[in-house]
Parts: sequence; structure tokens; C-alpha cells
Amino acid sequence: MDLFGSFALILAFVCAIYAIVAGIAGIRTRHPLIVKSARQAGLAVCILVTLGMASLVYLFLTDNFAMAYVVGHSNRALPTFYKFAALWAGQEGSLLFWSWVLSIYVFSVLFAYRKKHPELMPYVGVILAGVQLFFLTLNNFIASPFQVLGTMGPDGAMQIVTHADGRGLNPLLQYPEMVIHPPNLYSGYTGFTIPFAFALAALLGRYPGEKWIHITRRWTMIAWCFQSAGILLGAHWAYAVLGWGGYWAWDPVENASLMPWLTGTAFLHSVMMQEKRGMLKVWNVWLVFTTFLLCIFGTFLTRSGVVSSVHAFAQSQIGPWFLGFIIAVLAVCTWAFIRNRDYLHSDNQLDSLVSRESSFLFNNLILLVACVAVLSGTLFPVLSEAVTNNKISVGPPFFNKVNLPIGLFLLFLTGVGPLLAWRKTSLESLKRNFGWPLLGGLAAGALAFPLGFRDFYALICLVLSVFVALSVASEFLRGAMVIRSRGGANIFSAVAQLTMRNTRRYGGYVVHFGIVLVFIGISGAAFNKDQQMEMAPGSQMQIGPYTLVCQSFESRPGPNNNYTTERATIEALRGGKPVMMLYPERRFYTANEQAGTMVAIYSTLKEDLYVVYAGRSPDTQQPVIHAYLNPLVKLLWLGGVIVVLGTGLALLPNRQAVLAIRAVAQPATAGPVPQPVRASMGRYEGQD
Amino acid sequence: MNNKAKFGIGAVIIVGTLSWLAVVGARESKTYYHTIPELAALKAADLRLRMRVSGTVRPGSIARYTGRVDFVLEEQGKPLAVSYTGTEPLPDTFVDNSQALVEGKLAANGTFVAEKVQAKCASKYEPAPGGQAPGGASGDPNKKS
Repeated sequence: MDLFGSFALILAFVCAIYAIVAGIAGIRTRHPLIVKSARQAGLAVCILVTLGMASLVYLFLTDNFAMAYVVGHSNRALPTFYKFAALWAGQEGSLLFWSWVLSIYVFSVLFAYRKKHPELMPYVGVILAGVQLFFLTLNNFIASPFQVLGTMGPDGAMQIVTHADGRGLNPLLQYPEMVIHPPNLYSGYTGFTIPFAFALAALLGRYPGEKWIHITRRWTMIAWCFQSAGILLGAHWAYAVLGWGGYWAWDPVENASLMPWLTGTAFLHSVMMQEKRGMLKVWNVWLVFTTFLLCIFGTFLTRSGVVSSVHAFAQSQIGPWFLGFIIAVLAVCTWAFIRNRDYLHSDNQLDSLVSRESSFLFNNLILLVACVAVLSGTLFPVLSEAVTNNKISVGPPFFNKVNLPIGLFLLFLTGVGPLLAWRKTSLESLKRNFGWPLLGGLAAGALAFPLGFRDFYALICLVLSVFVALSVASEFLRGAMVIRSRGGANIFSAVAQLTMRNTRRYGGYVVHFGIVLVFIGISGAAFNKDQQMEMAPGSQMQIGPYTLVCQSFESRPGPNNNYTTERATIEALRGGKPVMMLYPERRFYTANEQAGTMVAIYSTLKEDLYVVYAGRSPDTQQPVIHAYLNPLVKLLWLGGVIVVLGTGLALLPNRQAVLAIRAVAQPATAGPVPQPVRASMGRYEGQD
Repeated sequence: MNNKAKFGIGAVIIVGTLSWLAVVGARESKTYYHTIPELAALKAADLRLRMRVSGTVRPGSIARYTGRVDFVLEEQGKPLAVSYTGTEPLPDTFVDNSQALVEGKLAANGTFVAEKVQAKCASKYEPAPGGQAPGGASGDPNKKS
């Protein structure tokens, strides 16, 4: 099976080369058959990489301990579920997984647009095959997952060594979310390749019109959605597994995933400037390039050992390859830009400082500053060593100081931006659109202050969150009222109709609402409490409104002898009434002699009670329990779900045809009455 | 004044404020990396700064007391006594022979008082069955951390 896998990957490598060569020939000669054969080669890459991936899965499921990668990341007792997670637990497997996800994206694009955009697609195909070629080179020649363990036999020939059992999967990864978090994040990272390919293709081919920007926007949304979900799932994993009570530590790996998300978010906003007003074309193209480069750069950061991180892939020889690839991509982008920069001239100028355009400009500025801050903080040790010869690192206070105000300013723009008109906004409409939401926000702040909301940033965050949520709600309500006044439908079906007629706009609002919840969730961290105490059976601990009573603690073997566990049984009481039994535990995995913490969480909308079994006291041998009270954390995860749903909504096609027919038909029958209605509908449907 | 200039001024104010915050944040949290052999050669003023030191945990040196954990880190044969006083439980990967990164300050008595400890478990590779050493037939027996 290992030979089969290696062979499939070699063939995929050859197909990728063919796709590039034939693709370039196709662009030069415009011969339809050559173009088609290049496309078929691109499709074949996907099938071949899938076969490679399938053979690795097979090797894991059949416990083939002659394979270095299987020995290193699995063992017989490992549950089947986690044997899938083991696929991407190490360098080689995760790179193959990367290639595989990328090949699925490439397949979808080549297949979906096989009959469209004949001028653009050959360029896209060549660029995508180029990126695939890089990863397939790594899969085949630098970090192959299909390596066998060998030893020198007595006759001097190599012999394959088969181990009795593997060394097991890192216990930190033996958690359900670790099976879905990496695929999400990888789908995000690799997904940004598609917008990159379209942007570069349009620039190289001087593709006329704005069609490519619509395609780019859609694919960016898909990648962005996966990236958002991946980041939040990673945060949730850190929260539920690492047992330190938090979810974000500004670790280089986390930063690496955040940076392309920031530039991707900036692009999703500024792209509207190009669609509606023909502005910011240069900026947009470079945002797409930068996002892709940051994805590759993030992978480089986490795998090269340039900065120390708690994450798995520390030192390896793969760094120079990534660095080389980044330089090559940057060179191609710069060359394409210099050659064709006249293709990107702007059609319009900024008209007013209080306009939709300028809110997008500020949004982009601030997202970029955040990205630069995160990047420089992450690279601080490298930069400082180069400049001062002293390796200096900066910690969470640096990141928080810069990013908290940025986050709040963004939140403010989230509320303000969508309500500002294009070109110029009058004072009148400002009052009309902002009066109530702003008042609501301030009122919420005034109510919360006496209730103990004293932290400055948390208070501002609350005021802004209420403001944004109300402005989003008022947008829905106002549009729905217009529909209702015309069709007489009830308010709920009016909201549904409204949303479906302009999914992009209203899906965007849903995303904004999700982001508001995320912000509220984060602001809860200002009020975290924690307490650690040695708890003999029968003893009690008081934290916030909860009383924790230790009932017992025990040591016992886990299922399948994969691990042994020590766990405490703790009853949580609130106001004297029992609410839940909590079982915080510490597991010792037999295969690799490592320990893993299993946190027990009692989660409500208001707060999480988070209980960690911190080991036994060295003096008394009694269990030590560390309890945290983390307010509002649940809103963070809930917000994430809403962001994903909203993005899905925005990707749905508009249901506009029905409306167009009715709007044209009506004036003829009903005279001048519907006229103003139609005009105001235009405001809700025509603009995003 | 035209709008471009107005936007420019706004941008300068925003970027300026944030840069200032960045400088303050960096000053507050900057930490110097040093190796254990380097510590002996440092000037008195530099010894008072926050620093990060890494090394291997000497086997058998971990002693857990209430509210503190003592252990010895080693690098290139030079030892450093560390006393961890942080409230967070030590990471699960922190065991004998693991690679640890400690962050904190050097106390007057030469003990390193750590507020944070990160650890990676040492890459261990058990011998192949039958006592043979693992050969590198086709590549690196994939280090795990």
C-alpha cells in the first residue's frame, strides 16, 4: 500500500508538471485541445492525490508499523476515530493532507468553470498547478509520509523493520475537536489559493471586466468561512484541553492563522469598493496576494522552528523550501503587477469622509495595522536578534494593548459602515439611521456601569455591541416593514423574504451579529476569576455563586488500555442546590508515557465553571483542584456558529427574479402609487 | 482641504496612536532570551531584566512543594536552579528530561524564579525490536515533540 501511495503521488507530480507546461502552451497557441488536456491533467491530480491519501488511511487503519509515519503517530489501542486525526498529526501527513484539500479545491474550480471564461481559466489552471507542484514536491521528495523504517542487515542490505506497536498519538490531539479543527483550518489556508489564482490570472491575462472579482469574492468567502471556523475551533480546543482556563495566548501558531484571516476580512470589505465604484483595484489585488502569501508564511513559521511555539512541528528541514516558495511567488506577483499595472487604474475618487467608501478605507487600514502588529510581535525575536543581537520576545500584553482598541474601532465601524450611504452621507440620514441604536447602546452602558461593569474596554465593548446589534436589527426591521406594507405578509416571513432577495447583504449582517457575540464573549475575560485549592474528599471550595464539594477521587484504567486515569468527582452546587457532577481528570497515555488533562466544564450562557484536576499535592497526596469562573465564554462559540451560518447565507444565490417581474408589472396596473415603494426598495436591494 | 488629505490625517492619527500603544506594550512585556552558559557572563544590570531560558530538566530534580515547584535545568553541562511560583498547573509535558522554556527573573541568590513554564517532551525513539538501533533507511524517524 505504501508503494501504491508513493506511486500515486509521483504520478500526481508528473500531472501537475504537465498541467503547467500544457497550460502555458494552451495560452500561447489558443489551441482548444491543448487547453483541455491541461485541464484534464489538473483534474487528474486530484484523483491521484486522493488515492495517495486513501493509501495512508489504509496504512493507519491496518496498523502497519513498518511505516515511520504510522509508528510515530498511532498505536494499536488508539480508537479508530483518532487514527484519522493521526493523518495530520505530523509534518509529512499534514503536508499530504494540505495537498489533498488543495487538489479538491482545484478540481472544483476547474470542473465548475470548464465551459466558462475561456480567456481566464487557462491562466488560473497554470497558477493552481504551480502551487500544487510545490506541495507535491514536498510530498514526494522532502517529507514523504510513505517512508519505511529500515535497518542494515548482516549482509549489508537494508531490511524493513516492523515495530510491534506504535508510539501513539500525542494525547493533546486525542480530543474530538482535533479531528475537525485541522481540516477546517487547512480548508481555510488552502482555500485562499483560489482567489489568489484568479487575481493573478486576471492581472496576467488582462482579463476585461469585473467578472473575476465576483468569482474571487465568492471563493474568498468560502475560505474565510473555513478559516473563521478553524480559528474558533482551535481556540475552543485550547480552552477545553490545555487546561489553563483561556482560549487564546498569542502563540505564533495562533497568530499565523489569524493574519490571513485579517487580510482576507479586509479584502471581503474592500472588494465592494471595486464592484460598486471601481476603486482600490491595486489595493485589492495586493490584498489577495498578501493573504495567500501569509497562508504560506504561516505554514513556514510553524514548521521551520524560526520562532519557538508550543505547537507540534518544531524544528525541521522544511523551512528553506517554504521561504524559497514565498520569494518565488512574491517575484511573480511583483513582475505581473509591474508589467500590467495600468490594467488596475481607478475609476473614481473618494468623495466624502463620511461615506461608505471611507468607512471601508478605515476598516482596511485598521485590519492591516492589526495584521502588521501581529506579524511584528510574532517575529520580534527574529527582528530584534537581527537588529540588536539580542533575542527579545514580546508577550500577550503587547498584542492586547494594540489589538483591543483595534477590535473596538472595528466593532464601531461594523455598526456605522453599512448604514452610511455611498459617496456622501447627509446629517439627516445619520440621525435617522443612528439615533435609536446609539441611544440603546448608551443606555445599556449606563445600566451596566452600576452593576459592576467597570473595566474600561469591557464597558466600551458592551456599548458598541448593543449599538451594532440594534443597528443590524433595525436594518432587518426597516426592510421588512417595506415588504410588509406592500405585500401584507407577517413580519417574520417579510424578514425571510427580504433576506433571500439579497442574501449577500443580509447574510453579511448576520455575520456582523455573530462577530458582535464573539466580541461580547471576549470582553467577558475582563471578569474572569480563578482559585486553586487542595481538596480532600468532603472539602468545599467557593467560587462566585458556586460551591464545589469534592465527593471522591480514584485511579482506574481507561478503555482499551489506551490510558489510565486519575479523576475527581466534584459536585457543583448553586444556592445550596446541586447543578451538576463534574469529573475533572488527568490521563496517562501508556503508549508514549505522556499525561493529558481533561477539563470538566459546566457551561451556561452567563458563565462557564471550568474545573481542572491539577495533580496531587506532594505533601498530603490529596487532589489539587483549580477552578475558574469565566463569564460569557459561551457567546464566543455561539457567535462563531452564527458567523458560519451567515457566511453560508451570503453564499446562496439571490431570489430576485420574482421581484423584478412584479416591480415592472405593477406601475402599469396600479398607477403611480407603488412608485415611492419601488424607489425605497431599491435602497434595500440594490446596494450591499 | 481635499478628502484624500483628510483621510490621510485620520490614518496618521490612528496609526500613530496604535504604534505608541505597541511601543508601550512591547516595553512592558519584552523578555530576553539567554542560554544558561550566557547567564554567567551577563552584566549586573542585564540580570535584572525579564528573561527566557531554556534547557533540559535534570532527571530526578523535580521537587513539588505547596505553592512552588523546584527543578534544575541543564544546558551544555551548566545547571540552573529554577523555582516555579506561577499559579497555573505545570504542563503535562513537563517531566524528567523534557525540554523546558522558563520565563521570569533571576533572584539575588542565583535561583531563577519562573512565572511561566513551557515544556516539550524530549523526542524519544525506542530501539527497534531485537535491540537493533533504528536505521535511517529512508529518512528521519520523525521527531515528535
